[in-house]
Amino acid sequence: MYDFAYHRPSSVADAVKLLASDPDAKVMSGGMTLIPTLKQRLARPSAIIDLSGIRDLVGISVSAGAVTIKAMTTHAAVAASAEVKKAIPALAAMAEHIGDAQVRNRGTIGGSIANHDPAADYPGAVLALGATVHTNTRKIAADDFFTGMFSTALAPDELVTAVEFPIPEKAAYVKFPNPASRYAMVGVFVAKGPAGVRVAVTGAGANGVFRHTAMEEALAKNWSPDALHDVGTAEEGLNGDIHASKEYRAHLVGVMAKRAVAKAG
Amino acid sequence: MPKVSLTVNGKPASAEVENRTLLVELLREHLRLTGTHVGCDTSQCGACVVHVNGASVKSCTMLAVQCEGAEVVTIEGLAAPDGTLHPMQEAFREYHALQCGFCTPGMVMSAIDLVQRNPQGLSDREIREGLEGNLCRCTGYHNIVRAIAAAQQVMHGKVKELPRAAE
Ligand SMILES: Cc1cc2nc3c(=O)[nH]c(=O)nc-3n(C[C@H](O)[C@H](O)[C@H](O)COP(=O)(O)OP(=O)(O)OC[C@H]3O[C@@H](n4cnc5c(N)ncnc54)[C@H](O)[C@@H]3O)c2cc1C
Ligand code: FES
Ligand code: FES
Repeated sequence: MYDFAYHRPSSVADAVKLLASDPDAKVMSGGMTLIPTLKQRLARPSAIIDLSGIRDLVGISVSAGAVTIKAMTTHAAVAASAEVKKAIPALAAMAEHIGDAQVRNRGTIGGSIANHDPAADYPGAVLALGATVHTNTRKIAADDFFTGMFSTALAPDELVTAVEFPIPEKAAYVKFPNPASRYAMVGVFVAKGPAGVRVAVTGAGANGVFRHTAMEEALAKNWSPDALHDVGTAEEGLNGDIHASKEYRAHLVGVMAKRAVAKAG
Repeated sequence: MPKVSLTVNGKPASAEVENRTLLVELLREHLRLTGTHVGCDTSQCGACVVHVNGASVKSCTMLAVQCEGAEVVTIEGLAAPDGTLHPMQEAFREYHALQCGFCTPGMVMSAIDLVQRNPQGLSDREIREGLEGNLCRCTGYHNIVRAIAAAQQVMHGKVKELPRAAE
C-alpha cells in the first residue's frame, strides 16, 4: 500500500471541503472495498478522508411512508434493526446476507452504493424499491443514480448522506451467492408498492444493476411466479466470467426472480 | 509519524505508525502480539479477526490510525492472568477444533462475537453460517462447529462445565 495523508473530519461540510480541495483524495466509509483496493495498489489516493468521525451520518429512521438509512450505517446495524425488519423485512434480510459478519460490522450502505460493484446487493434494493439517494447537495432518484459498472451520478466532491426507501406493500430479494465471496452471482429484488411493480437485477449486468421491464409488466398483470414463466432475459449486456457464463446468468435471473416473487408472497 | 494510542487487551498501548499501517501490522509488528495471523490479501480468510470496541473485525482491513482511543481485544487477551482458558479456547482444545492452528485465533475471536450476539443459542447450521468470514484449510469445520456449540452453553450459563467430547 502506498502512503497517504489521513483526515477524520467531524462534519459533512468539513469532509466536502477537504474533498473539494484535493482532487486525488478519497473518502472512506467502512473501508471494506477501499482498503483491499489500496493493498493491491489499484488506487493511489493522496489522502483518505475517513467519514467514521461524523456522528450525523449514522442512524435509521422510519416514518409513515419511508425508511431512511444514513450513509455510515453498517450492514450489521440494518440487519439487526427491529424497525427495518418491521417496515421492510426484505431489506433487513438482504443486509444480513452481505459478505460475512466481519464485513457487515464495517461495511456501510453509503460505501456500497457509491461503489456500485456490479455484484453488490444494495444497488438491487435501491433500484427495486425506487429509493431516493440523498447527497450533501441534492436528492437523486434511484433510476438516475447508477450510471454503469463502478460508476454513479455522484460528482467527484459529492457524498452520499442517506438513502430513503419508500415502504412497499410486498418485496423480497433472492441471490445466488458466489460460494467464495458471497457477492451476488445473480440477485433479483422484486417490489410492489407506491412506485408500482419494480424488478431489479444485480450481479448479472455488465453495466451494473438494471431493471427488468419485461418482468415488471408481467408481474403488474399477475403477481405470481407463474407470470414469469415465459419471460426471457437477453444474454446481451450480461456479464460472462470464470464464475458463470452469460447464458447461465440469464437463466439464473429467471430462477431468482421466480423465487423472489414466491418469497414476497 | 502519527502516533496512535489505544487499549489492547485491557492495557494502554501506543505506537508511532504510518497512516497506511494496518491494525494487524500495529498488533503484530509494533506491539509484538503475533497471535493474530494474516492469511490472505483479499479480506476473505478471517485469520486476522480481533474485536474492536466489542465487534469482530478483520484487522487486515482497518487502518491503525482508525483505532485511536479504541478498545481492542486479541487472542492473547482471552485467557485469565492465571492461564485459565476462555471457554471458547477450552472448547477448541477439548473438541480438537484445529489441526495446523493457523486459522484458530481468528476462528476463536469470530466465534466469541457470534455467540455473544446470539443469547438465544445457535443451531449447528447457524454456527456454520456465522463463520462465513473464516476459512480453515485443515479441519473441514466439523469439530469447530462442535466446539462452538459446546462453548455457547458455558458462555450463556446453561452449564457450569464444558461438556466433554466423547472418547
Ligand atoms: C470478503 C468480502 C465480501 C463481500 N461480500 C459482499 C456481498 O456479498 N455483497 C455486497 O453487496 N458487498 C459485499 N462486500 C462489499 C461490502 O459490502 C462493502 O461494505 C461495500 O462494498 C463498500 O462499503 P464500505 O462502507 O466498506 O465502503 P468503502 O470501502 O469505504 O468505500 C467504497 C467506495 O465508495 C466511496 N465512498 C464511500 N462512502 C461514500 C459516501 N458516503 N459518499 C460517496 N462516496 C463514498 C469510497 O471513496 C470508495 O471509492 C464484500 C466485501 C468483502 C471484503
Ligand atoms: S488476513 Fe485474511 S481476512 Fe484478514
Ligand atoms: S486448522 Fe489449519 S487452517 Fe484451520
